[in-house]
Amino acid sequence: MDDFVIQTKGLSRCFGSRTVVSDLDLAVPRGCIFGFLGRNGSGKTTTIRMLLGLLEPTRGVARVLGEDSRALSETARSRIGYMAEGHPVYDWMRIGECGRFQAACFRSWNESIFRAVLEHFRLGPERRARELSRGERAGLCLALTLAPEPELLILDDPALGLDPVARRSLLEAMIAVTRGKDRTILFSSHLLGDVERVADWIAVLDRGVLRASCTLATFQRRISRFVLAWDGSPPTDTPTLPGLVHVFRDGRELQLTIANVDDRVRAAVGSLGASSVQEVPIGLEDAFIDYLGDRGEKNLLLPDPEATP
Amino acid sequence: MPLDCRISTGSTTPIYRQLIDQIRLVVLRGRLTPGDRLPSVRSLAQRLVINPNTVARAYGELARDGVIESQQGKGYFVATKRQVYTRAHRRRRLAPLLEALVSEAALLDFSADDVMTALQEKLREYGLEPS
Repeated sequence: MDDFVIQTKGLSRCFGSRTVVSDLDLAVPRGCIFGFLGRNGSGKTTTIRMLLGLLEPTRGVARVLGEDSRALSETARSRIGYMAEGHPVYDWMRIGECGRFQAACFRSWNESIFRAVLEHFRLGPERRARELSRGERAGLCLALTLAPEPELLILDDPALGLDPVARRSLLEAMIAVTRGKDRTILFSSHLLGDVERVADWIAVLDRGVLRASCTLATFQRRISRFVLAWDGSPPTDTPTLPGLVHVFRDGRELQLTIANVDDRVRAAVGSLGASSVQEVPIGLEDAFIDYLGDRGEKNLLLPDPEATP
Repeated sequence: MPLDCRISTGSTTPIYRQLIDQIRLVVLRGRLTPGDRLPSVRSLAQRLVINPNTVARAYGELARDGVIESQQGKGYFVATKRQVYTRAHRRRRLAPLLEALVSEAALLDFSADDVMTALQEKLREYGLEPS
């Protein structure tokens, strides 16, 4: 079990009659950069807050660094770094004061990391937190989160509102962090270009339900797109194919996005009566949008066949 | 070490594949020669701002194809060229690319001579001359 820094079983949270996170079975392997994806309101922040013990699950359990998230020990907490959504800071403090305050809350504090990140974002210790721009505030938050050298970093939409330069700095810092063996990052994001760059594992949440949990490479490999052309008009019924997640009609063409394609599915696609069938590559962004789009199978889960926990 | 890779996100080519294609090209064109050392997985990942596992995967696949080799504890080096695949396997891999070249050329109304000339020019770039 020690290979996973986070493991949840049936984790659920309701607010009133609304289920925001539903039966989540998530496993985050140690040492990876884990991209936590999903549309707005899909339950990412709620999940993160449960992992940190900031919110009680309605049902199910989450184990973080081997402990129940509802009763994390002080030791476990000091090994977790958390950057909340929106880069909140104590805005009455100066940057140097923010650092001293944060340092007092952790067992270890690497001042040189704190200074290096601040320098990267061109932030002096005398600046007041209140006067910082969004990107600068993100830099300060990042410095505060990284300086204790946590073993597990949980970043809730860290790139929100950052300009391209600040975003690149954030990604560089994330890569640098995992230089240390056994250090894990879980981050949520909408920026699929960033995810494509730095993540090796992803989970996709849709309306509180886990829709994929696998390596990024697996996700990309297992979603394919077919372009079918007819001499006459294509059939009007949506073809029944296992794993069909998206259908797009364009004149005599039918574009199908299918998950978990195997030879059986290929044969089924071939027997739809089209005059030409082409399997075309699909980028991460299109794959993601099609996968979470409104047509097609909604209860499909893409697990990782090579690495099921 | 001049290994000038360009990564683009949002492409239909996954990043590890982009790396493989570019390193192959650098080796084929002789800008890196057998025995040259490649940057470490870590340093290339840091420089390109991509996940180290992506670099490791690309290196692994290049090593399997015999383009580079790992020397225990010393890193990855450009390998002396040796063919690890059978002729049949190589023909199979070449076939779809030939198909694409010829069908595109026909679509664009190039003559056979045009195609041959262009192909020979390209071959020369890679140091391959027809006998």
